[in-house]
Amino acid sequence: MAVLLLADVYHGKLATDTVAKVLAAVKSLGEVHVLVAGQGGDAAAAEASTLDGVSKVLFAADQAYCYGLAETTAALIVSLAGSYSHIAAAATAFSKNVLPRVAALLDVMVISDVTAVVDADTFMRPIYAGNAIQTVKSVDSKKVFTVRTASYSAVCATGSASVETVSAAVDSSLSKWIEDKVAGPNRPELTAAAIVVSGGRGVGSQADFALIERLADKLGAAVGASRAAVDMGYAPNDWQVGQTGKIVAPTLYVAVGISGAIQHLAGMKDSKIIVAINKDEDAPIFQVADYGLVADLFNAVPEMVEKL
Amino acid sequence: MKVLVPVKRVIDYNVKVRVRADGSGVDLANVKMSMNPFDEIAVEEAIRLKEKGIATEVVVVSIGVKQAQETLRTALAMGADRAILIEATADVHTDIEPLAVAKLLAGVVKQESPSLVLCGKQAIDNDMNATGQMLSALLGWSQATFASELEVSRGRVRVTREVDGGLQTISVKLPAIVTVDLRLNEPRYASLPNIMKAKTKPLATMTPADYGVDIAPRLAVVRTQEPAGRKAGVKVGSVSELIAKLKDEAGVI
Repeated sequence: MAVLLLADVYHGKLATDTVAKVLAAVKSLGEVHVLVAGQGGDAAAAEASTLDGVSKVLFAADQAYCYGLAETTAALIVSLAGSYSHIAAAATAFSKNVLPRVAALLDVMVISDVTAVVDADTFMRPIYAGNAIQTVKSVDSKKVFTVRTASYSAVCATGSASVETVSAAVDSSLSKWIEDKVAGPNRPELTAAAIVVSGGRGVGSQADFALIERLADKLGAAVGASRAAVDMGYAPNDWQVGQTGKIVAPTLYVAVGISGAIQHLAGMKDSKIIVAINKDEDAPIFQVADYGLVADLFNAVPEMVEKL
Repeated sequence: MKVLVPVKRVIDYNVKVRVRADGSGVDLANVKMSMNPFDEIAVEEAIRLKEKGIATEVVVVSIGVKQAQETLRTALAMGADRAILIEATADVHTDIEPLAVAKLLAGVVKQESPSLVLCGKQAIDNDMNATGQMLSALLGWSQATFASELEVSRGRVRVTREVDGGLQTISVKLPAIVTVDLRLNEPRYASLPNIMKAKTKPLATMTPADYGVDIAPRLAVVRTQEPAGRKAGVKVGSVSELIAKLKDEAGVI
């Protein structure tokens, strides 16, 4: 039994922490080979070879695999799949684009967002935005799955595996990359941020949402919003945290003027520390908050910005 | 250009999910069901393409229980032209896996020959985020997932995708599968006259056997359990106390 681990590589740089956490998840399954795909990924391949538990790095240095295009990357993985019992990757936008395609080409089911590898066939994963945890046993010959890295601690980098070049004939005519735009340099991306500050209906207007943004910037945090705030037009839709928005699990989540509707809780309840600031002391958000402050946000937030 | 939109009947996003006491799954009896929110966005986008004169026909398809008819009628009331229901189970607690759904949809695509399939990026029940990608693989079509903007012109679709850390723009050749994310649009509410009109729009009922697809699951559900609960913490009396707790006790700032 051996595992093929598809590494997240962005613009030639290995997402080392992400890959190191997936390694922690899959190391019990057998020998692990890491696949680094994309032109200019030499350094990424070299870095992957130092991670503990990697016995070989496969490096596919072809332009066709740049930018994580699904069609070519999936075809490459399928060409290598023969000798592996498991094909795994982190549950990132990159892998979620590629691995279901791989699974269908191999005629197996994909298992997304795995939070625990129970044994070679059995996996735990959240469903209903984390409101239930399901344990599933796969009957497929190969297991193709993505791992939620938040559940694991990264392995160390004291290894020295060999790097082997691989290639495959793939059709690169289906999709063409045009551009990548990274989120504003000053604010972290919502799903990757260590701290998230979110505003809800209680903020009251689009203009007053600047208060939330000020607190977020003071903390170096991403800005989120409840669906109610988005529906009222206070905040753009891409800030939405919740079942129909982004699912986040930062170290610190600050919910300001958010009552704590089920749909919002589903998107943030796996955060390490939750702070709630709300003037309604009976708001359901206080039932999940580690620290609750019953206060008018229009006083508390400026005071917090000043004192931080 | 014909556009096909698969829609799924799921538990309404505002309903509190309850895990069955015997661990066999989530309780779906007598709870409010709605169209998967991401599928609603896909339907809206297809209708907008028709309104712009790019799409000529919008066909919606649902796979599951007979009651999914209601979901299809909702899509018809929004403005879709025609619906197909593939009755794959009689049990509301049976979730047809994305691989089987993709195989059935591939069968529908072969009959209907759409140029574009617009799917929701994931269903909010099983959260698998797989059907669109799998369908694309089975058909050998181009694939653009997590779309927040799309523009169809000259046999291609230019898609802006929501990826980790920002946005990626790609151009895919038609025919293509595009899965849609939240920012793409805000779905309309169906008006009463359109709801009435939807009742007379065509809705064909099929079975998996019609497409020669084996829908047996590949993943056996061993157990479904409640997530580890969170306990309410403490109330603090002031902003200063809050900051002190976050610094000294939690160590998160």
